[in-house]
Amino acid sequence: MEKLTDRSVAVNRSPMTFVERMYLPAIAKGLTITLSHIFKKKATINYPEQKRPFSPVFRGLHVLNRDEEGRERCTACGLCALACPAEAITMEAAERKAGEENLYREEKYAAKYEINMLRCIFCGYCEEACPKDAVYLSETVMPANYDRKGFIYKKEDLLIPHPKKQESK
Amino acid sequence: MLLLLIGLSFIIEKVILISVILMGSLGIAMYATWAERKVAAVMQDRRGPNRAGPFGILQPLADGLKLFMKEEIIPDSSTRFLFILGPCLAMLTALMTSAVVPWGPDYVTSSGHVVALQVADINIGILFIFGVVSLGVYGVMLGGWASNNKFSLLSSIRAASQAISYELAMGISLIALLMLTSTLSLREIVGQQHGFWHDGYFTWNFFKQPIGFLVFLVCSFAELNRAPFDLPEAESELNMGYHQEYSSMKLGFYLFAEYINMFVSSAIMATLFFGGYNFPFMDQVQVAAGPLFFTIICVMVLLTKVVGFILFFMFVRWTLPRFRYDQLMRLGWKSLIPLALVNMVITGAVILWTLKK
Repeated sequence: MEKLTDRSVAVNRSPMTFVERMYLPAIAKGLTITLSHIFKKKATINYPEQKRPFSPVFRGLHVLNRDEEGRERCTACGLCALACPAEAITMEAAERKAGEENLYREEKYAAKYEINMLRCIFCGYCEEACPKDAVYLSETVMPANYDRKGFIYKKEDLLIPHPKKQESK
Repeated sequence: MLLLLIGLSFIIEKVILISVILMGSLGIAMYATWAERKVAAVMQDRRGPNRAGPFGILQPLADGLKLFMKEEIIPDSSTRFLFILGPCLAMLTALMTSAVVPWGPDYVTSSGHVVALQVADINIGILFIFGVVSLGVYGVMLGGWASNNKFSLLSSIRAASQAISYELAMGISLIALLMLTSTLSLREIVGQQHGFWHDGYFTWNFFKQPIGFLVFLVCSFAELNRAPFDLPEAESELNMGYHQEYSSMKLGFYLFAEYINMFVSSAIMATLFFGGYNFPFMDQVQVAAGPLFFTIICVMVLLTKVVGFILFFMFVRWTLPRFRYDQLMRLGWKSLIPLALVNMVITGAVILWTLKK
């Protein structure tokens, strides 16, 4: 048969010589290898104190965006839910009342907006689908939780802080 | 009547010495567990325990606390008495061996009172060690048998056969050494290795018996059930080994006994082959430093040697893969025992024809 690559190496099956059967030189060789690793650079970092930078295309936890005046951008069109391959997003739309213009940018807004983070596969299709630039995937890793309910993120969990009021949420 | 002859000060002195040695070996064993994890981490380019205290030095305390807090389970199908006796015996024998090791030279106080830094100078020191170490197998055997678990039983059978096979080679390798020293007392053996250089040759027994030391070293690896001879604890074949059914501090005792054994066997190897507390130019140092300071230096020298051996044990553990059972038996019976026998014969011949002319 024709060889596919020239990287194959024939296995040496000749019986072991006396030095090889003594085993001790091999042990010494092994010990020098492990000893040399003492002086090598550590592969791990002190994680919570030190963090490695994420790649620029990293897709983490979702955020719901506001505009410059602090109004929610989401208009509850449902395109993100439609685009979602994991069916993780649900929402309920509501009509903006008079006097709520400072809260919602469009005439229709999301009264309820939930993402089930256990279903989410962080593909970022919702971000691509959104016509209002309302949903984004941030650089935050999804934190652990004690029960399944804690993984269903409500609108309050997803909204970014108000730029003027500086509410800490 | 004999007891009345022993002075009260003698008893107090021995009690203090015993408690210091007990505490010391427990403390060193504790930090050996920490050092083992640290050495493993460093050799695998990791960091190791570093959360509990600076550099993780409180890690052994955290581990001990965790073991104490765990639920204590005694299986219904186990033989209850033997199940509890197993870890006790393992721990007891591990602690007993340190009694005959001379930790330092005699300290003579200004009033002429001699304080021996050895719990008991018995004239059969090495024989005592061998006896106690062989008893240590009973801890493993009883634990594995009383667990009423097939894996534990298999593992304890392995431990017993391994111990028996390697004790033979260990004993024969020591006979060659004992022919040279012509005494069994550890104190006299250390005394013969005084200093480092005498009459144009090394005084340490390692330079007189290198092959004997090699055989003894390999056998002590096997006796300690440490890698590459940790077949009784081969978790890929036996789930966990003879302590599979154990939990809480009984499991801790088994694991801890292994580290105490490692400490004691390091001390014995240092004593038998590497001059114990002796070090080069010790006579000059003795003159320069006072008697108390000199004693402390000697103890420190011995402890340095012991720590070196413990580190070597760890290096080997994290370097070599485990032996297969047939390889283990072949190495013991077909390589080490003949090697030790040949070493013994050659040593005897050399003694006959050169030294005793």
